[in-house]
Amino acid sequence: MSRVARARAAETAAKIIMGLATAGILATALFFLAYLLYRGLPAISLGFLTEMPMKRMTAGGIYPVIMGTLYLIAGTAVFAVPVGVAAGVYLAEYAPRNGWTRIIRLAIANMAGVPSIVYGLFGLSLFVIQLKLGVSLLAGSLTLAALTLPVIITTTEEALRQIPSDLRHASLALGATQLRTIVRVVLPAAAPNIVTGSILGLSRAAGETAPILFTAVTFFAPLPSSWSDKVMALPYHIYIMATQPAKPAPHIVWGSALVLVGIVSAVNIAAATWRSAQRKRIRW
Amino acid sequence: MTKSPGIRHRRLGRSAISRAAESVVGTLIGLSGWVAILILGAIAAFLFVSSARALREVGLGPMLTGEVWFPTSAHPKFGLLPAITGSLWVTVVALAVCVPFGVAAAVFISEFTWGRTKELLKSVIEFMAAIPSVVYGLLGLALLVPRVKVVFGLETGLTAFTAGLVVGIMALPTIVSISEDALRSVPKDLREGSLALGNTRWQTAYKVIVPSAASGIFAAVMLGLGRAIGETMVVLMLSGNRNEIAAAAFMPAKTLPGLVAGEMGETIRGGLHQSALFVAGLVLFTITFVVNLAADLVLEKQRRRWRR
Repeated sequence: MSRVARARAAETAAKIIMGLATAGILATALFFLAYLLYRGLPAISLGFLTEMPMKRMTAGGIYPVIMGTLYLIAGTAVFAVPVGVAAGVYLAEYAPRNGWTRIIRLAIANMAGVPSIVYGLFGLSLFVIQLKLGVSLLAGSLTLAALTLPVIITTTEEALRQIPSDLRHASLALGATQLRTIVRVVLPAAAPNIVTGSILGLSRAAGETAPILFTAVTFFAPLPSSWSDKVMALPYHIYIMATQPAKPAPHIVWGSALVLVGIVSAVNIAAATWRSAQRKRIRW
Repeated sequence: MTKSPGIRHRRLGRSAISRAAESVVGTLIGLSGWVAILILGAIAAFLFVSSARALREVGLGPMLTGEVWFPTSAHPKFGLLPAITGSLWVTVVALAVCVPFGVAAAVFISEFTWGRTKELLKSVIEFMAAIPSVVYGLLGLALLVPRVKVVFGLETGLTAFTAGLVVGIMALPTIVSISEDALRSVPKDLREGSLALGNTRWQTAYKVIVPSAASGIFAAVMLGLGRAIGETMVVLMLSGNRNEIAAAAFMPAKTLPGLVAGEMGETIRGGLHQSALFVAGLVLFTITFVVNLAADLVLEKQRRRWRR
Protein backbone atom coordinates (compact mmCIF):
# COMPACT_ATOMS: atom_id res chain seq x y z
CA MET A 1 0.00 0.00 0.00
CA SER A 2 1.27 3.46 -0.69
CA ARG A 3 2.11 5.70 2.21
CA VAL A 4 -0.84 7.88 1.48
CA ALA A 5 -3.24 4.97 1.41
CA ARG A 6 -1.78 3.65 4.65
CA ALA A 7 -2.13 7.04 6.29
CA ARG A 8 -5.74 7.31 5.16
CA ALA A 9 -6.52 3.84 6.42
CA ALA A 10 -4.92 4.66 9.76
CA GLU A 11 -7.01 7.80 9.94
CA THR A 12 -10.21 5.92 9.28
CA ALA A 13 -9.34 3.37 11.92
CA ALA A 14 -8.50 6.11 14.42
CA LYS A 15 -11.71 7.95 13.66
CA ILE A 16 -13.73 4.80 14.23
CA ILE A 17 -12.06 4.06 17.54
CA MET A 18 -12.31 7.60 18.86
CA GLY A 19 -15.80 7.95 17.48
CA LEU A 20 -16.81 4.81 19.34
CA ALA A 21 -15.33 6.16 22.54
CA THR A 22 -17.26 9.40 22.15
CA ALA A 23 -20.39 7.54 21.18
CA GLY A 24 -19.97 5.35 24.23
CA ILE A 25 -19.90 8.37 26.49
CA LEU A 26 -22.96 9.85 24.79
CA ALA A 27 -24.82 6.59 24.94
CA THR A 28 -24.12 6.25 28.65
CA ALA A 29 -25.30 9.78 29.36
CA LEU A 30 -28.44 9.37 27.29
CA PHE A 31 -29.20 5.97 28.76
CA PHE A 32 -28.88 7.33 32.28
CA LEU A 33 -31.18 10.21 31.43
CA ALA A 34 -33.69 7.92 29.77
CA TYR A 35 -33.75 5.59 32.75
CA LEU A 36 -34.15 8.49 35.13
CA LEU A 37 -37.12 9.71 33.13
CA TYR A 38 -38.55 6.22 32.92
CA ARG A 39 -38.47 5.69 36.67
CA GLY A 40 -39.11 9.24 37.73
CA LEU A 41 -41.81 10.60 35.44
CA PRO A 42 -44.58 8.39 36.83
CA ALA A 43 -43.98 9.96 40.21
CA ILE A 44 -44.27 13.55 39.10
CA SER A 45 -47.59 15.22 39.58
CA LEU A 46 -48.74 18.57 40.82
CA GLY A 47 -49.43 16.98 44.17
CA PHE A 48 -45.95 15.55 44.35
CA LEU A 49 -44.47 18.97 43.97
CA THR A 50 -46.74 20.85 46.30
CA GLU A 51 -47.74 18.55 49.12
CA MET A 52 -46.05 17.66 52.33
CA PRO A 53 -44.76 14.12 52.79
CA MET A 54 -47.08 11.71 54.49
CA LYS A 55 -46.96 8.27 56.05
CA ARG A 56 -43.27 8.51 56.89
CA MET A 57 -42.17 9.54 53.42
CA THR A 58 -43.98 6.80 51.60
CA ALA A 59 -46.70 8.99 50.20
CA GLY A 60 -47.53 12.57 49.55
CA GLY A 61 -45.22 15.12 48.07
CA ILE A 62 -41.80 16.63 48.53
CA TYR A 63 -42.76 20.26 48.81
CA PRO A 64 -40.66 21.03 51.91
CA VAL A 65 -37.70 19.28 50.33
CA ILE A 66 -37.87 21.43 47.23
CA MET A 67 -38.35 24.56 49.30
CA GLY A 68 -35.46 23.58 51.55
CA THR A 69 -33.18 23.35 48.55
CA LEU A 70 -34.38 26.71 47.29
CA TYR A 71 -33.79 28.30 50.68
CA LEU A 72 -30.28 26.86 50.78
CA ILE A 73 -29.53 28.23 47.34
CA ALA A 74 -30.87 31.64 48.26
CA GLY A 75 -28.76 31.62 51.41
CA THR A 76 -25.71 30.58 49.46
CA ALA A 77 -26.27 33.37 46.96
CA VAL A 78 -26.55 35.96 49.73
CA PHE A 79 -23.07 35.12 50.94
CA ALA A 80 -21.29 33.95 47.84
CA VAL A 81 -22.33 36.49 45.22
CA PRO A 82 -21.28 39.77 46.87
CA VAL A 83 -17.94 38.41 48.03
CA GLY A 84 -17.33 36.52 44.80
CA VAL A 85 -18.13 39.45 42.53
CA ALA A 86 -16.03 41.79 44.65
CA ALA A 87 -13.10 39.38 44.48
CA GLY A 88 -13.57 39.03 40.73
CA VAL A 89 -13.59 42.80 40.39
CA TYR A 90 -10.39 42.99 42.39
CA LEU A 91 -8.66 40.43 40.18
CA ALA A 92 -9.79 41.98 36.93
CA GLU A 93 -9.46 45.67 37.73
CA TYR A 94 -7.11 46.24 40.62
CA ALA A 95 -4.75 43.38 41.14
CA PRO A 96 -1.12 44.05 40.29
CA ARG A 97 0.73 41.50 38.22
CA ASN A 98 2.91 40.09 40.93
CA GLY A 99 3.57 36.92 42.85
CA TRP A 100 0.81 37.57 45.37
CA THR A 101 -1.81 37.76 42.67
CA ARG A 102 -0.48 34.55 41.23
CA ILE A 103 -0.90 32.91 44.61
CA ILE A 104 -4.45 34.21 44.84
CA ARG A 105 -5.29 32.70 41.47
CA LEU A 106 -3.71 29.39 42.44
CA ALA A 107 -5.71 29.43 45.66
CA ILE A 108 -8.93 29.98 43.74
CA ALA A 109 -8.14 27.16 41.34
CA ASN A 110 -7.27 24.93 44.25
CA MET A 111 -10.48 25.76 46.08
CA ALA A 112 -12.37 24.57 43.04
CA GLY A 113 -10.80 21.15 43.40
CA VAL A 114 -11.30 20.64 47.13
CA PRO A 115 -13.62 17.66 47.65
CA SER A 116 -17.10 18.59 48.74
CA ILE A 117 -16.82 16.40 51.84
CA VAL A 118 -13.87 18.49 52.97
CA TYR A 119 -16.04 21.58 52.67
CA GLY A 120 -18.57 19.71 54.76
CA LEU A 121 -15.96 19.02 57.42
CA PHE A 122 -14.82 22.63 57.28
CA GLY A 123 -18.40 23.80 57.69
CA LEU A 124 -18.95 21.42 60.58
CA SER A 125 -15.80 22.49 62.34
CA LEU A 126 -16.10 26.26 61.81
CA PHE A 127 -19.75 27.11 61.46
CA VAL A 128 -21.55 24.40 63.36
CA ILE A 129 -19.11 23.84 66.20
CA GLN A 130 -16.79 26.80 66.65
CA LEU A 131 -19.23 29.55 65.77
CA LYS A 132 -21.98 27.60 67.50
CA LEU A 133 -24.43 28.01 64.66
CA GLY A 134 -25.51 24.42 65.04
CA VAL A 135 -26.88 22.38 62.20
CA SER A 136 -28.84 25.08 60.46
CA LEU A 137 -29.77 26.80 57.26
CA LEU A 138 -27.17 29.43 58.08
CA ALA A 139 -24.33 26.97 58.55
CA GLY A 140 -25.29 25.11 55.40
CA SER A 141 -25.54 28.29 53.36
CA LEU A 142 -22.14 29.48 54.55
CA THR A 143 -20.58 26.12 53.73
CA LEU A 144 -22.13 26.03 50.26
CA ALA A 145 -21.08 29.63 49.75
CA ALA A 146 -17.44 28.69 50.36
CA LEU A 147 -17.87 25.89 47.85
CA THR A 148 -19.42 28.17 45.21
CA LEU A 149 -17.03 31.08 45.68
CA PRO A 150 -14.32 29.99 43.23
CA VAL A 151 -16.87 29.58 40.45
CA ILE A 152 -18.32 33.05 40.97
CA ILE A 153 -14.92 34.70 41.24
CA THR A 154 -13.69 33.05 38.05
CA THR A 155 -16.82 33.82 36.13
CA THR A 156 -16.83 37.46 37.25
CA GLU A 157 -13.21 37.97 36.35
CA GLU A 158 -13.64 36.46 32.91
CA ALA A 159 -16.77 38.50 32.28
CA LEU A 160 -15.00 41.70 33.23
CA ARG A 161 -12.00 40.89 31.09
CA GLN A 162 -14.23 40.60 28.05
CA ILE A 163 -15.31 44.22 28.31
CA PRO A 164 -13.10 46.26 25.96
CA SER A 165 -10.81 48.75 27.63
CA ASP A 166 -12.14 51.60 25.50
CA LEU A 167 -15.20 51.85 27.72
CA ARG A 168 -13.04 52.13 30.81
CA HIS A 169 -10.76 54.68 29.22
CA ALA A 170 -13.66 56.76 27.99
CA SER A 171 -15.20 56.83 31.42
CA LEU A 172 -11.93 57.71 33.11
CA ALA A 173 -11.26 60.38 30.52
CA LEU A 174 -14.59 61.95 31.38
CA GLY A 175 -13.44 62.31 34.95
CA ALA A 176 -14.94 59.32 36.72
CA THR A 177 -12.92 57.52 39.33
CA GLN A 178 -11.89 53.93 38.80
CA LEU A 179 -14.50 52.68 41.25
CA ARG A 180 -17.27 54.68 39.63
CA THR A 181 -16.16 53.42 36.23
CA ILE A 182 -16.39 49.88 37.45
CA VAL A 183 -19.72 50.26 39.17
CA ARG A 184 -21.46 52.39 36.56
CA VAL A 185 -19.89 51.23 33.32
CA VAL A 186 -18.01 47.96 33.42
CA LEU A 187 -20.10 45.89 35.82
CA PRO A 188 -23.41 46.65 34.15
CA ALA A 189 -21.88 45.71 30.83
CA ALA A 190 -20.59 42.44 32.22
CA ALA A 191 -23.68 41.75 34.29
CA PRO A 192 -25.34 39.22 31.98
CA ASN A 193 -22.30 36.99 31.95
CA ILE A 194 -21.76 37.38 35.67
CA VAL A 195 -25.37 36.53 36.39
CA THR A 196 -25.35 33.46 34.14
CA GLY A 197 -22.12 32.15 35.56
CA SER A 198 -23.26 32.69 39.12
CA ILE A 199 -26.56 30.98 38.50
CA LEU A 200 -24.74 28.01 36.99
CA GLY A 201 -22.46 27.84 40.00
CA LEU A 202 -25.40 28.03 42.37
CA SER A 203 -27.23 25.29 40.51
CA ARG A 204 -24.21 23.08 41.03
CA ALA A 205 -24.35 23.86 44.73
CA ALA A 206 -28.00 22.82 44.71
CA GLY A 207 -27.00 19.28 43.82
CA GLU A 208 -24.32 18.88 46.45
CA THR A 209 -24.95 16.51 49.31
CA ALA A 210 -21.72 16.18 51.25
CA PRO A 211 -21.37 19.81 52.33
CA ILE A 212 -24.84 19.88 53.82
CA LEU A 213 -24.76 16.40 55.37
CA PHE A 214 -23.61 17.60 58.74
CA THR A 215 -24.28 21.28 58.46
CA ALA A 216 -27.85 21.81 57.45
CA VAL A 217 -30.07 18.87 56.74
CA THR A 218 -32.23 16.47 58.58
CA PHE A 219 -34.61 13.81 57.41
CA PHE A 220 -37.77 15.61 58.24
CA ALA A 221 -38.20 19.25 58.98
CA PRO A 222 -40.98 21.74 58.39
CA LEU A 223 -40.36 24.72 56.21
CA PRO A 224 -37.62 26.80 57.76
CA SER A 225 -38.78 29.94 59.49
CA SER A 226 -35.40 31.26 60.53
CA TRP A 227 -31.73 30.98 59.75
CA SER A 228 -31.19 28.54 62.59
CA ASP A 229 -33.70 25.94 61.46
CA LYS A 230 -32.68 22.64 59.98
CA VAL A 231 -33.90 22.08 56.46
CA MET A 232 -34.70 19.29 54.11
CA ALA A 233 -32.93 19.24 50.79
CA LEU A 234 -33.33 17.28 47.58
CA PRO A 235 -29.87 15.69 47.39
CA TYR A 236 -29.98 14.53 50.99
CA HIS A 237 -33.52 13.27 50.60
CA ILE A 238 -32.52 11.22 47.59
CA TYR A 239 -29.50 9.81 49.39
CA ILE A 240 -31.41 8.78 52.49
CA MET A 241 -34.28 7.22 50.62
CA ALA A 242 -32.01 5.43 48.19
CA THR A 243 -29.99 3.79 50.93
CA GLN A 244 -32.81 2.52 53.10
CA PRO A 245 -32.67 -1.26 53.29
CA ALA A 246 -36.40 -1.56 52.72
CA LYS A 247 -37.75 0.48 49.85
CA PRO A 248 -41.43 1.01 50.39
CA ALA A 249 -41.79 3.94 48.01
CA PRO A 250 -39.24 3.85 45.19
CA HIS A 251 -41.22 6.31 43.15
CA ILE A 252 -40.50 9.05 45.67
CA VAL A 253 -36.76 8.55 45.28
CA TRP A 254 -36.85 8.62 41.52
CA GLY A 255 -39.31 11.46 41.46
CA SER A 256 -37.05 13.49 43.73
CA ALA A 257 -34.03 12.66 41.59
CA LEU A 258 -35.88 13.74 38.47
CA VAL A 259 -37.00 16.97 40.14
CA LEU A 260 -33.42 17.75 41.15
CA VAL A 261 -32.01 16.99 37.71
CA GLY A 262 -34.91 18.86 36.19
CA ILE A 263 -34.24 21.98 38.22
CA VAL A 264 -30.51 21.89 37.53
CA SER A 265 -31.01 21.26 33.81
CA ALA A 266 -33.70 23.88 33.44
CA VAL A 267 -31.51 26.46 35.14
CA ASN A 268 -28.51 25.52 32.99
CA ILE A 269 -30.47 25.65 29.76
CA ALA A 270 -32.19 28.90 30.67
CA ALA A 271 -28.89 30.50 31.62
CA ALA A 272 -27.13 29.32 28.49
CA THR A 273 -29.96 30.43 26.24
CA TRP A 274 -30.17 33.84 27.87
CA ARG A 275 -26.43 34.26 27.56
CA SER A 276 -26.38 33.54 23.85
CA ALA A 277 -29.33 35.85 23.33
CA GLN A 278 -27.45 38.61 25.14
CA ARG A 279 -24.37 37.92 23.09
CA LYS A 280 -26.24 38.44 19.88
CA ARG A 281 -27.65 41.71 21.18
CA ILE A 282 -24.46 43.33 22.36
CA ARG A 283 -21.75 43.72 19.83
CA TRP A 284 -18.50 45.21 20.88
CA MET B 1 -23.76 63.48 44.41
CA THR B 2 -23.02 66.46 42.25
CA LYS B 3 -25.89 68.76 41.53
CA SER B 4 -27.29 68.83 38.06
CA PRO B 5 -25.01 70.82 35.82
CA GLY B 6 -25.55 74.37 34.88
CA ILE B 7 -22.08 75.32 33.82
CA ARG B 8 -21.97 78.26 36.13
CA HIS B 9 -23.13 76.27 39.15
CA ARG B 10 -21.23 73.03 38.53
CA ARG B 11 -19.66 71.72 41.68
CA LEU B 12 -16.31 70.29 40.71
CA GLY B 13 -14.80 67.37 42.54
CA ARG B 14 -16.69 65.05 44.81
CA SER B 15 -18.19 65.50 48.20
CA ALA B 16 -16.43 64.17 51.24
CA ILE B 17 -19.07 61.50 51.70
CA SER B 18 -18.65 60.23 48.19
CA ARG B 19 -14.90 60.13 48.60
CA ALA B 20 -15.17 58.28 51.90
CA ALA B 21 -17.66 55.80 50.45
CA GLU B 22 -15.32 55.19 47.57
CA SER B 23 -12.38 54.40 49.77
CA VAL B 24 -14.45 52.08 51.96
CA VAL B 25 -15.75 50.17 48.98
CA GLY B 26 -12.30 50.14 47.46
CA THR B 27 -10.85 48.63 50.63
CA LEU B 28 -13.61 46.02 50.76
CA ILE B 29 -12.90 45.02 47.20
CA GLY B 30 -9.20 44.81 47.93
CA LEU B 31 -9.83 42.63 50.95
CA SER B 32 -12.16 40.31 49.10
CA GLY B 33 -9.40 39.53 46.66
CA TRP B 34 -7.71 37.65 49.44
CA VAL B 35 -10.75 35.68 50.47
CA ALA B 36 -9.69 32.60 48.54
CA ILE B 37 -6.38 32.35 50.32
CA LEU B 38 -8.18 33.04 53.57
CA ILE B 39 -10.71 30.27 53.08
CA LEU B 40 -8.16 27.74 51.87
CA GLY B 41 -6.04 28.49 54.90
CA ALA B 42 -9.09 28.33 57.14
CA ILE B 43 -10.00 24.91 55.78
CA ALA B 44 -6.56 23.58 56.59
CA ALA B 45 -6.56 25.26 59.97
CA PHE B 46 -9.95 24.03 61.12
CA LEU B 47 -9.30 20.54 59.86
CA PHE B 48 -6.18 20.58 62.00
CA VAL B 49 -7.97 21.95 65.02
CA SER B 50 -10.59 19.25 64.90
CA SER B 51 -8.04 16.53 64.20
CA ALA B 52 -5.86 17.55 67.10
CA ARG B 53 -7.30 15.13 69.60
CA ALA B 54 -6.86 12.07 67.42
CA LEU B 55 -3.44 13.18 66.27
CA ARG B 56 -2.40 13.54 69.87
CA GLU B 57 -3.93 10.38 71.26
CA VAL B 58 -3.44 8.01 68.36
CA GLY B 59 -0.78 9.64 66.25
CA LEU B 60 -0.59 10.25 62.53
CA GLY B 61 1.84 7.42 61.80
CA PRO B 62 -0.23 4.69 63.45
CA MET B 63 -3.32 6.04 61.74
CA LEU B 64 -1.81 6.03 58.30
CA THR B 65 -0.40 2.55 58.62
CA GLY B 66 -2.97 0.96 60.88
CA GLU B 67 -4.77 -1.92 59.25
CA VAL B 68 -7.83 -2.00 61.43
CA TRP B 69 -10.56 0.60 61.68
CA PHE B 70 -12.73 -0.28 64.62
CA PRO B 71 -13.87 2.86 66.36
CA THR B 72 -16.59 1.29 68.44
CA SER B 73 -14.74 -1.43 70.25
CA ALA B 74 -13.55 -1.23 73.85
CA HIS B 75 -10.04 -0.61 72.56
CA PRO B 76 -10.85 1.48 69.54
CA LYS B 77 -8.60 1.20 66.54
CA PHE B 78 -8.22 3.97 64.01
CA GLY B 79 -6.21 2.54 61.16
CA LEU B 80 -6.79 4.36 57.91
CA LEU B 81 -5.10 1.87 55.63
CA PRO B 82 -8.33 0.10 54.61
CA ALA B 83 -9.85 3.42 53.64
CA ILE B 84 -6.73 4.55 51.81
CA THR B 85 -6.44 1.34 49.82
CA GLY B 86 -10.15 1.42 49.07
CA SER B 87 -9.84 4.93 47.73
CA LEU B 88 -6.87 3.78 45.69
CA TRP B 89 -8.84 0.96 44.08
CA VAL B 90 -11.75 3.20 43.25
CA THR B 91 -9.40 5.77 41.75
CA VAL B 92 -7.53 3.19 39.68
CA VAL B 93 -10.75 1.84 38.21
CA ALA B 94 -12.06 5.36 37.65
CA LEU B 95 -8.91 6.44 35.83
CA ALA B 96 -8.94 3.27 33.72
CA VAL B 97 -12.37 4.33 32.55
CA CYS B 98 -12.11 8.07 32.21
CA VAL B 99 -8.62 8.58 30.82
CA PRO B 100 -8.81 6.51 27.62
CA PHE B 101 -12.41 7.43 26.89
CA GLY B 102 -11.97 11.02 27.94
CA VAL B 103 -8.82 11.80 26.00
CA ALA B 104 -10.05 9.92 22.93
CA ALA B 105 -13.31 11.83 23.03
CA ALA B 106 -11.51 15.13 23.55
CA VAL B 107 -9.26 14.56 20.55
CA PHE B 108 -12.22 13.42 18.47
CA ILE B 109 -14.38 16.41 19.40
CA SER B 110 -11.54 18.88 19.01
CA GLU B 111 -9.99 17.65 15.78
CA PHE B 112 -12.65 15.72 13.91
CA THR B 113 -15.90 17.54 14.49
CA TRP B 114 -17.01 21.00 13.52
CA GLY B 115 -19.88 23.38 13.86
CA ARG B 116 -23.16 22.04 15.12
CA THR B 117 -21.98 18.52 15.84
CA LYS B 118 -19.21 19.92 17.95
CA GLU B 119 -21.56 22.22 19.84
CA LEU B 120 -23.99 19.39 20.41
CA LEU B 121 -21.31 17.06 21.74
CA LYS B 122 -19.93 19.72 24.02
CA SER B 123 -23.42 20.42 25.34
CA VAL B 124 -23.96 16.78 26.17
CA ILE B 125 -20.67 16.68 28.04
CA GLU B 126 -21.61 19.82 29.96
CA PHE B 127 -24.94 18.27 30.78
CA MET B 128 -23.18 15.22 32.19
CA ALA B 129 -21.17 17.50 34.42
CA ALA B 130 -24.29 19.10 35.79
CA ILE B 131 -25.86 15.88 37.05
CA PRO B 132 -25.55 15.79 40.83
CA SER B 133 -23.38 13.05 42.26
CA VAL B 134 -26.18 11.61 44.36
CA VAL B 135 -28.18 10.99 41.17
CA TYR B 136 -25.20 9.18 39.68
CA GLY B 137 -25.12 7.11 42.84
CA LEU B 138 -28.80 6.31 42.53
CA LEU B 139 -28.43 5.30 38.89
CA GLY B 140 -25.43 3.17 39.79
CA LEU B 141 -27.43 1.45 42.51
CA ALA B 142 -30.25 0.66 40.18
CA LEU B 143 -28.38 -0.15 36.99
CA LEU B 144 -24.85 -1.25 37.80
CA VAL B 145 -24.88 -2.97 41.17
CA PRO B 146 -27.10 -5.90 40.19
CA ARG B 147 -25.33 -6.27 36.82
CA VAL B 148 -21.84 -6.27 38.32
CA LYS B 149 -22.92 -8.92 40.77
CA VAL B 150 -24.23 -11.13 37.99
CA VAL B 151 -21.54 -10.52 35.40
CA PHE B 152 -18.64 -11.13 37.75
CA GLY B 153 -20.31 -13.69 39.96
CA LEU B 154 -19.79 -11.83 43.20
CA GLU B 155 -21.46 -11.97 46.55
CA THR B 156 -22.58 -8.40 46.20
CA GLY B 157 -22.48 -5.75 43.56
CA LEU B 158 -21.41 -3.13 46.08
CA THR B 159 -17.72 -3.06 45.34
CA ALA B 160 -14.87 -0.67 44.78
CA PHE B 161 -15.09 -1.64 41.12
CA THR B 162 -18.72 -0.54 40.82
CA ALA B 163 -18.01 2.72 42.56
CA GLY B 164 -14.93 3.22 40.41
CA LEU B 165 -16.95 2.78 37.23
CA VAL B 166 -19.42 5.47 38.18
CA VAL B 167 -16.74 7.82 39.51
CA GLY B 168 -14.95 7.36 36.21
CA ILE B 169 -18.08 8.33 34.33
CA MET B 170 -18.43 11.37 36.56
CA ALA B 171 -14.85 12.45 35.95
CA LEU B 172 -15.25 12.20 32.17
CA PRO B 173 -16.62 15.70 31.61
CA THR B 174 -13.72 17.21 33.54
CA ILE B 175 -11.14 15.40 31.47
CA VAL B 176 -12.91 16.00 28.19
CA SER B 177 -13.44 19.72 28.63
CA ILE B 178 -10.02 20.57 30.00
CA SER B 179 -8.26 18.39 27.42
CA GLU B 180 -10.36 19.98 24.72
CA ASP B 181 -9.37 23.42 26.00
CA ALA B 182 -5.73 22.40 25.83
CA LEU B 183 -6.12 21.08 22.31
CA ARG B 184 -7.98 24.18 21.20
CA SER B 185 -5.29 26.47 22.54
CA VAL B 186 -2.71 25.03 20.17
CA PRO B 187 -2.28 27.80 17.57
CA LYS B 188 -4.02 27.27 14.27
CA ASP B 189 -0.78 27.74 12.35
CA LEU B 190 0.63 24.45 13.55
CA ARG B 191 -2.49 22.62 12.51
CA GLU B 192 -2.69 24.31 9.14
CA GLY B 193 1.03 23.93 8.51
CA SER B 194 0.89 20.23 9.15
CA LEU B 195 -2.12 19.76 6.92
CA ALA B 196 -0.49 21.85 4.23
CA LEU B 197 2.50 19.54 4.28
CA GLY B 198 0.23 16.65 3.42
CA ASN B 199 -0.52 15.07 6.76
CA THR B 200 -3.93 13.61 7.32
CA ARG B 201 -6.00 15.04 10.15
CA TRP B 202 -5.12 12.04 12.25
CA GLN B 203 -1.42 12.39 11.60
CA THR B 204 -1.69 16.05 12.46
CA ALA B 205 -3.50 15.15 15.65
CA TYR B 206 -1.07 12.61 17.00
CA LYS B 207 2.15 14.07 15.63
CA VAL B 208 1.56 17.75 16.23
CA ILE B 209 -1.50 18.75 18.23
CA VAL B 210 -1.56 16.19 20.99
CA PRO B 211 2.17 16.51 21.80
CA SER B 212 1.80 20.30 21.94
CA ALA B 213 -1.17 20.03 24.23
CA ALA B 214 0.36 17.20 26.21
CA SER B 215 0.91 19.16 29.39
CA GLY B 216 -2.65 20.46 29.30
CA ILE B 217 -3.99 16.96 28.81
CA PHE B 218 -1.83 15.76 31.64
CA ALA B 219 -3.22 18.50 33.85
CA ALA B 220 -6.73 17.48 32.81
CA VAL B 221 -6.01 13.92 33.91
CA MET B 222 -4.65 15.13 37.22
CA LEU B 223 -7.72 17.25 37.84
CA GLY B 224 -9.87 14.25 36.95
CA LEU B 225 -7.81 12.24 39.42
CA GLY B 226 -8.44 14.82 42.08
CA ARG B 227 -12.15 14.67 41.42
CA ALA B 228 -12.12 10.91 41.55
CA ILE B 229 -10.32 10.75 44.88
CA GLY B 230 -12.64 13.24 46.49
CA GLU B 231 -15.96 11.98 45.18
CA THR B 232 -18.12 11.18 48.17
CA MET B 233 -21.72 10.31 47.45
CA VAL B 234 -21.04 7.71 44.78
CA VAL B 235 -18.54 5.83 46.91
CA LEU B 236 -20.78 6.14 49.90
CA MET B 237 -23.65 4.55 48.05
CA LEU B 238 -21.85 2.03 45.89
CA SER B 239 -18.60 0.82 47.37
CA GLY B 240 -19.96 -1.31 50.15
CA ASN B 241 -18.54 -0.93 53.56
CA ARG B 242 -16.14 -3.61 54.53
CA ASN B 243 -13.83 -3.15 57.42
CA GLU B 244 -10.87 -4.92 55.91
CA ILE B 245 -8.28 -3.97 53.41
CA ALA B 246 -9.67 -4.86 50.01
CA ALA B 247 -7.36 -7.25 48.24
CA ALA B 248 -8.88 -6.56 44.87
CA ALA B 249 -11.22 -4.10 43.31
CA PHE B 250 -14.08 -6.56 43.15
CA MET B 251 -14.67 -6.48 46.85
CA PRO B 252 -16.52 -4.07 49.05
CA ALA B 253 -14.24 -1.41 50.41
CA LYS B 254 -14.19 1.68 52.50
CA THR B 255 -12.89 4.89 51.06
CA LEU B 256 -11.65 8.05 52.73
CA PRO B 257 -14.61 10.24 51.73
CA GLY B 258 -17.09 7.44 52.28
CA LEU B 259 -15.69 6.76 55.73
CA VAL B 260 -16.05 10.37 56.79
CA ALA B 261 -19.51 10.86 55.33
CA GLY B 262 -20.82 7.55 56.56
CA GLU B 263 -19.69 7.64 60.15
CA MET B 264 -19.71 11.31 61.07
CA GLY B 265 -23.37 11.21 61.95
CA GLU B 266 -22.74 8.57 64.57
CA THR B 267 -20.00 10.34 66.45
CA ILE B 268 -20.07 12.38 69.60
CA ARG B 269 -19.06 15.98 69.19
CA GLY B 270 -15.51 16.39 70.38
CA GLY B 271 -15.03 12.66 70.75
CA LEU B 272 -12.05 10.66 69.60
CA HIS B 273 -13.99 8.98 66.80
CA GLN B 274 -15.03 12.30 65.36
CA SER B 275 -11.50 13.61 65.64
CA ALA B 276 -10.19 10.53 63.83
CA LEU B 277 -12.65 11.18 61.02
CA PHE B 278 -11.29 14.70 60.76
CA VAL B 279 -7.83 13.21 60.38
CA ALA B 280 -9.17 11.18 57.45
CA GLY B 281 -10.54 14.41 56.03
CA LEU B 282 -7.19 16.08 56.53
CA VAL B 283 -5.42 13.29 54.67
CA LEU B 284 -7.93 13.61 51.84
CA PHE B 285 -7.52 17.38 51.73
CA THR B 286 -3.74 17.10 51.61
CA ILE B 287 -3.80 14.60 48.76
CA THR B 288 -6.20 16.60 46.62
CA PHE B 289 -4.43 19.86 47.48
CA VAL B 290 -1.12 18.52 46.19
CA VAL B 291 -2.62 16.91 43.08
CA ASN B 292 -4.60 20.03 42.22
CA LEU B 293 -1.68 22.35 42.85
CA ALA B 294 0.52 20.32 40.53
CA ALA B 295 -2.16 20.34 37.85
CA ASP B 296 -2.79 24.07 38.20
CA LEU B 297 0.90 24.88 37.94
CA VAL B 298 1.13 22.82 34.76
CA LEU B 299 -1.91 24.57 33.31
CA GLU B 300 -0.48 27.94 34.24
CA LYS B 301 2.74 27.16 32.45
CA GLN B 302 0.87 25.97 29.39
CA ARG B 303 -1.22 29.11 29.32
CA ARG B 304 1.85 31.28 29.45
CA ARG B 305 3.46 29.25 26.71
CA TRP B 306 0.67 29.79 24.25
CA ARG B 307 -0.19 33.34 25.18
CA ARG B 308 -0.96 35.20 22.01
